[in-house]
Amino acid sequence: MTTTAGVGERTRPPLLLAAAAALAASASLIPVVYLAVRAVEAGTEGFVATLLRPRVLELALNSVALAASVTATCLVLGVASAWLLSRWRLPAERTILLLSALPLAVPSYLVAYGWLVWSPGLNGFWPSWAVLTAVCVPYVTLPVAAAWRGSSGDLEAVARTLGRGPIRSFFSATWPQVRGAALAGSLLVGLYSLAEFGAVSMLRFETLTWGINASYSASFDRQQAAVLALVLVALALIVVWAERRARGQAVTRVARPLPRGVMPRRWLWAALAVVLAAPVVSVTVPVLGLGVRLFSAESIRALDLPRFASAVGATLGLAVVGSLLVLVFALPIAALTARYRDRLSRGIEGIGYLGHALPGIVVGLSLVFFGLAVVPWAYQSLLMLLFAYVVLFMPRAIGSARSGIAAVAPALIDVSRTLGDTPAASWRRVTARLAAPNIAIGCLLAAIAIMKELPATLLLRPTSVHTLATELWTRTAAAEYGGAAPYAAALLLVASVPAVLLSTIRSTAREDES
Amino acid sequence: MRTRSRAMTTLFASIAAVAVLAGCSAGQPAPAEQNTSDAPESDGAFTLYSGRNEALIQPLIDQFEQETGIEVEVRYGNTAEMGALLLEEGDRTPAQVFLSQDAGALGALAKADMFMTLPDDIADAVPAGFTSTDGSWVGVTGRARVVVYDSEKLAASDIPDTVDALVEPEWASRLGVAPTNASFQSFVTAYRVLEGDAAADEWVAALSENDPQIFENNNAILTAVNDGALDAGLINHYYWYQLAAEVGVDNMRAQLAYPKAGDPGSIVNVTGAGVLQNGASDADALEFVRYLVSQQAQQYFVEQTFEYPLLPGVDAPEGLPALESLINPELDLSDLESLADTQALLSKYSLL
Repeated sequence: MTTTAGVGERTRPPLLLAAAAALAASASLIPVVYLAVRAVEAGTEGFVATLLRPRVLELALNSVALAASVTATCLVLGVASAWLLSRWRLPAERTILLLSALPLAVPSYLVAYGWLVWSPGLNGFWPSWAVLTAVCVPYVTLPVAAAWRGSSGDLEAVARTLGRGPIRSFFSATWPQVRGAALAGSLLVGLYSLAEFGAVSMLRFETLTWGINASYSASFDRQQAAVLALVLVALALIVVWAERRARGQAVTRVARPLPRGVMPRRWLWAALAVVLAAPVVSVTVPVLGLGVRLFSAESIRALDLPRFASAVGATLGLAVVGSLLVLVFALPIAALTARYRDRLSRGIEGIGYLGHALPGIVVGLSLVFFGLAVVPWAYQSLLMLLFAYVVLFMPRAIGSARSGIAAVAPALIDVSRTLGDTPAASWRRVTARLAAPNIAIGCLLAAIAIMKELPATLLLRPTSVHTLATELWTRTAAAEYGGAAPYAAALLLVASVPAVLLSTIRSTAREDES
Repeated sequence: MRTRSRAMTTLFASIAAVAVLAGCSAGQPAPAEQNTSDAPESDGAFTLYSGRNEALIQPLIDQFEQETGIEVEVRYGNTAEMGALLLEEGDRTPAQVFLSQDAGALGALAKADMFMTLPDDIADAVPAGFTSTDGSWVGVTGRARVVVYDSEKLAASDIPDTVDALVEPEWASRLGVAPTNASFQSFVTAYRVLEGDAAADEWVAALSENDPQIFENNNAILTAVNDGALDAGLINHYYWYQLAAEVGVDNMRAQLAYPKAGDPGSIVNVTGAGVLQNGASDADALEFVRYLVSQQAQQYFVEQTFEYPLLPGVDAPEGLPALESLINPELDLSDLESLADTQALLSKYSLL
């Protein structure tokens, strides 16, 4: 049975929901407004002159090439991994599942750093592409596997019996089941690769974020930085638009999972190579590299235990509170756009995604600007920092929550309403419950991102707050690689907690199948 | 509809609750109150924004706190971020003092009129060429520009003693530079001032045609040379000492060569400090900046960070050429107009 998502006859969203979503999305407008102010305050002449520099075009093309190639690779590799993980029986499944989520826990700058230990000459487009791809694949793998877990294999089997080849039946029957999830994941990958700075700076690939950082660091030219960042915003809007075009009308099917196939022996190694490529590139190699640096350090500094503990505590606390706050902002947007596709809803969703395409330093400075002007009492408080996390990472929760809510068949809600539930009760009893795994995925993705965040944290944190990421930065900037190692290790461990949880969300649900 | 709106109200109430909680629990950095009297007063504490690394600066601050009893609240970041942060905060900044890794950031803040003019006893402590021309900030330490080279592939005698020779074809694809970094831009500015714009244009053109290896900062160049991935690079001397302290002097594959005195490649970049306008009435802030150019603090930098002291009478770290041989004639490294010309030159050849 196939139904289209969206409460068919009602095309206009309820006012309160739309208002809440609009309010939440307006958080993402703060950096854009700030950038517009900075870009034109020194005169439109300078704005145009900066925009027309050949260097800007060069940087923009590099950004586009990187984002496009990383997104395409993640889409293919992620879908393939998810298909192998959800439709086939593999040896040591739990471990493989867990490993496939682990790249999320490693900051991209650590991956780049670890690779440079082994191969110090790495630089340019291809290494940057490889590192970002390896780090980003789980953004596609996880939601796609979750979607397949809940979808039926019936149609694929029907297509096969009707004489279609495996590839054609995949595209006509299997692919549509996960298209929405795959595209939502790809959107995150695309925006993330536009905004990434840590890895590309170490691997020396000059993108727009490189240019933005250079504007701040040597020219102290905030106008130039703002112009470059607005180019990023424009690119982000194109990415969001493209994803929406590709997503089209979401199609959901009532789940009736099939038993999974047994992988033939001769294909097993190939299958493992696909699934484990990203974890090997982004976890194994860099961790070994960090180990090498640690053992070659001559002066192991004594670990300041209380300070270390407080950094772990701050990282955990910020991630928990921050990701819940992200959820509070993302849910209205997700709930709105899951059911309504009018112009207003689409606009709200598009705006909500913008923060993800901007480097942390830009979002941080925009909140300094906004905070001092509007809520000076909250400046350099935890509130401001948490709000920055909302702007930066709300998009991570919007997509997965939206696809989860959209997948709840309206028929089920109708049943609940017929049984006398109020809209709120049926939301709580039906929608929220069925979409809970997807909502949790978004929340955990945000928590991981918060743990790894550096530039905005440095700018906005209360002076006495240190996170694992800021401590790691302090030590590597002073070439104290030995002293940095415990912090790097702790960051990886702490961030793998939500990553492991992400993989168990999937496996718990999968156990229901057998 | 009623229940839905109640749900929404609950939602917003919880946002507000989180907001209030977070706001209350956070330390509130009220902008320093301006004293009405002219004489600076001491309240036993001030806030410092440091663009220099905690590992290297905090021990000195601890020493200062111990000796004076003044409490220093320090916010660490890199110089670029702290500079941008201060420009964004403007006169609402909670900071009274800014300690910077390079002169350019100090120049940018001086141009935005964010610094008070330092009293003569501080401003004049450091010789001209290594400090501001108008007393808006004072130079604290110096970092010599050097050539870092891979000692397993090259001998010290292979390294030319002028930067002009480093853009010859034999160095094609072998030289690392960090054109977006303040320290490299200061060097190009020095080239322009010392040799003239035409000569600087030629040098940058030659560099850009020679397939230079582009890095983001000094540390990245040094690491690449030390790992054998790059033959040579242009950096500030002091990063070498940091890495040597970490891995051991004897294990350093990268070695330093100093361009000959008078060569534009031999200039000194300075770090410095300024007192922000809202620290003008804060005696503690001034006391700290005065301390930075004292005999004791300068000695600390010599011994702990291997930087050049800028206070006359304090000897340079052992093994380094004398500061006098690297003198910065006619240079104002915080002159932003001059910096803008340098950046125009670098972008003309697509290095920026």
